[in-house]
Amino acid sequence: MKVGELLAFALGALRGHRLRTSLSVAGVAVGIAAVVALTALGDGARTYVVREFSSLGSNLLIVIPGKVETTGAIPFGGVTHDLTVADARSIAMRVPGVVRVAPIAVATDAVHWADRSRSVPILGVTAAYQAARQVTVASGRFLETTMAQGGGQELVLGAKVAHELFRGSSPLGRIVRVGAWRYRVVGVMAPKGRSLGFDFDDLVFIPVKTAMRMFNRTSLFRILVEVPSADELAPVKRRVTRLLNERHRADDVTVITQDAVLSAFSSILGVLTLALAGLASVSLSVAGVGIMNVMLVAVSERRREIGILKALGATNRQVLGAFLAEAVVLSTTGGLLGLAAGAAGVRVFVAFYPSFPASPPAWSIAAAMGVAVAVGVGFGVWPARRATRLDPVTALRGR
Amino acid sequence: MIELENVCRSYTVGDSEVHAVEHVSLHIGAGEHVAIMGPSGSGKSTLLHILGCLDRPTSGRYLFRGRDVGTLSDDERSHLRQQEIGFVFQFFYLLGRLTAGANVELPMLFAGVGGNERKRRAEEALEAVGLADRIHHRPDQLSGGQRQRVAIARALVMRPSLLLADEPTGNLDRSSAEEVMGLLEKLRGGDRTLIVVTHDPEVAQRAQRIIRMSDGRIGEETA
Repeated sequence: MKVGELLAFALGALRGHRLRTSLSVAGVAVGIAAVVALTALGDGARTYVVREFSSLGSNLLIVIPGKVETTGAIPFGGVTHDLTVADARSIAMRVPGVVRVAPIAVATDAVHWADRSRSVPILGVTAAYQAARQVTVASGRFLETTMAQGGGQELVLGAKVAHELFRGSSPLGRIVRVGAWRYRVVGVMAPKGRSLGFDFDDLVFIPVKTAMRMFNRTSLFRILVEVPSADELAPVKRRVTRLLNERHRADDVTVITQDAVLSAFSSILGVLTLALAGLASVSLSVAGVGIMNVMLVAVSERRREIGILKALGATNRQVLGAFLAEAVVLSTTGGLLGLAAGAAGVRVFVAFYPSFPASPPAWSIAAAMGVAVAVGVGFGVWPARRATRLDPVTALRGR
Repeated sequence: MIELENVCRSYTVGDSEVHAVEHVSLHIGAGEHVAIMGPSGSGKSTLLHILGCLDRPTSGRYLFRGRDVGTLSDDERSHLRQQEIGFVFQFFYLLGRLTAGANVELPMLFAGVGGNERKRRAEEALEAVGLADRIHHRPDQLSGGQRQRVAIARALVMRPSLLLADEPTGNLDRSSAEEVMGLLEKLRGGDRTLIVVTHDPEVAQRAQRIIRMSDGRIGEETA
């Protein structure tokens, strides 16, 4: 009996019991669809978070004034020094392996134009910010001031602010007022959307020195330090820390890598995906028990058929093969349908939430199909063996 | 061709032992037409199952064409059934999901006969039972007599030397029964032995030998 004939025979048997066949195929399909959909969502969540973080610039060190640590009473000399533009320039000039340095000062104030005004975060930055944060300009240009130059009265609007204040007319070249200061609009940012709760479209950029003067600040909010690759993060971090400690004569800055945050999140979400896969595998084994049930019922319902086949000269191996072929056909059909259903489900989900990059990872597809077939064969073997051990005479009586 | 020596078959049902066949010794030659008669429970079906290698004797010896069937493995017995023995049952035992042609092809499928050859021989066999035009019909589209003729075609398609029929006319009306018996007799002959189990005297009368059974034992034999 060739494999093709065996399969044809099994297919005939499955077609002969449509209801039972479709129920068990549905059982397997639901299990597989669950695995595919759940792992797709889990993996999508991880990709989403990773992408959000890397959209903030991935090879970045962030220098924050003050020390993040728990201390008791502050001892003498424990003064937190300001983080200044001079510090930033010093990093740029004296630390090797630094691509660019972007100081940031932040305040909130109202931006006025004509009779409209909008209170938004004001970011004092330099030209380096654009590359470090990977932001793009929709019209006009970004700020061109460097750390060496003075302030200047130029301003770049976020996409949302531009829309709210100018209602479609071009803001380029207009003079807007922030507090008592006047600025010329030189650019409008392309929309970037929200990232980790912060709206990157609802803000304005002005030169950092102007911002410090306007808000009467002495300390920067952050200094972003970009390095050429992730490998450089650790050594540059040490050098930056040492330099600033020297300049301040105290250990009073914190340098964090975005990368560290990222990998923490990524591993948390990896665990989440694994947990989802665990849940999915439970549903898969339920599907497996379903197959076993179906095969057992098939064997008991079809004892007479087994008896007939044996009377006609079928060997035990041939009967076993026929039932196994049925189990394999059942589980692969169910598996493929489940894959299709899972993929379709994920696609529908993505249609509703386009920003969520949910797609089933290859390993889960492979595992799901592998488990489906393994479970089908495994749970098919036992009833099939029972079938072949049936005494042909008892089998023929059919009870 | 068939040699039974002191064959017994007993089952354990609950605590008690049921002796279905007791001390049966029998010789049946090649090409004979034998009827086994007896009331239900007399052990005639069990005897037929033993003769057809579907069941093993508890004790005694069964020689089929000189081979001791009791010593054969499951696979060897399957092979023997496949090549040498054709069965016809009271309830036809056709697979309902298969066409008449596919049912007739089944034994050849297990014997490893190639696809084209299977088709050709199935057609021949159905033609021999006068159902060539029903090859694509399913059993539920056929009358009882036609179903039994399909079963006969299936039993004969491997050209067995022994044809066993267990109440072949039990579920048929008079004229169909007549047809089926006529067919079985026509297909016997040469070296092919036909053994029919029945409780219908009219069917039994057609045989050369009638073996009567009661309580698992062989009684008087008439020719």
